[in-house]
Amino acid sequence: MASSGDTLTSSEYISHHLTNLTFGYHEGTDSWRFVDTSHGIMPEDFGFWAIHVDTMLWSIGLGLFFIWLFKKVANAATSGVPGSVQNFVESIVEFVDDNVNSIFHYKNALIAPLALTIFIWVFLMNLMDLVPVDWVPFIAQEMGVGYMKMVPTTDPNATLGMAFSVFFLIVYYSIKQKGVGGFLAELSFMPLGKWFLPFNLFLEVVGLLAKPISLALRLFGNMYAGEMIFILIAMLPFWAQWMLSVPWALFHILVITLQAFIFMVLTIVYLAMAHDDH
Amino acid sequence: MEMANAVVFLAAAILMGLAAIGAAVGIGNLGGKFLEGAARQPELVPLLRSNFFIVMGLVDAVPMIGVGLGMYLMFAVA
Repeated sequence: MASSGDTLTSSEYISHHLTNLTFGYHEGTDSWRFVDTSHGIMPEDFGFWAIHVDTMLWSIGLGLFFIWLFKKVANAATSGVPGSVQNFVESIVEFVDDNVNSIFHYKNALIAPLALTIFIWVFLMNLMDLVPVDWVPFIAQEMGVGYMKMVPTTDPNATLGMAFSVFFLIVYYSIKQKGVGGFLAELSFMPLGKWFLPFNLFLEVVGLLAKPISLALRLFGNMYAGEMIFILIAMLPFWAQWMLSVPWALFHILVITLQAFIFMVLTIVYLAMAHDDH
Repeated sequence: MEMANAVVFLAAAILMGLAAIGAAVGIGNLGGKFLEGAARQPELVPLLRSNFFIVMGLVDAVPMIGVGLGMYLMFAVA
């Protein structure tokens, strides 16, 4: 990818493709600006008040697309012979419904729509990884935007945001079902009984925190590694690229679906555990 | 190449190597159990298969985190 005529070294190319479009307050120049590594404005100098504009755009855009598509199908749904889009949407909804019913045995109207949203949204965000590496950043460069990472789930901010939302729901439903005292009792008195309170508390808090962090980092690690391999394959000579990118893209199709499915199933399982009453 | 860079590459290599061993051994065992169960009761294969993928995602999580961190170390730190 050349910018204004000069060619990049391979490590510059890689770091260019790994940089998010960060917008924020930069202390060195005391201004609110975008990141620009070719002029020394590095992403790490931005501090806390920075936002990855490309992640926000793509994740919100894909979420809105999913909502628009499913709402359109739901409004036009007929009980006669369905069209192909309605068929497709129905099969996905049925799949999610089966999974929720087999795991979650309590009464809660939020879980199934939440599971559907997580599955489709994460799948759509991961799907952006299959678009060839240079296409969208090249178009963005022509429009004057220096960096554009298309896959929001390669940004740990996005995956941690989703995982923290799930964590908040876990704590909220635990407290709602068991009360604050019950929730704290469950943390302190499992597994070893009340005379081992510090030990129990330590184990249970680590277990509780491990849930959202592992959810987020599992998705991030899979997607980041996949994107990285696509970038590395893109650096090969053009006649060698097909041999590697086709098998990797095929494997990646499996990985993106699987990771979306696992995020959904684990969310349902954690929320079912939050509703458990001994 | 200075020493700091060299050590970061070595760290990333050890990280990814151990992650690969962990993932391979774990998923290999899991797959073996799945095949045994499928051979015993072929009518349960769809149920076993979906649970196999769920547990595979769990087992693969920490090695994948290791791979992600290793890639980050190799390309964004060194």
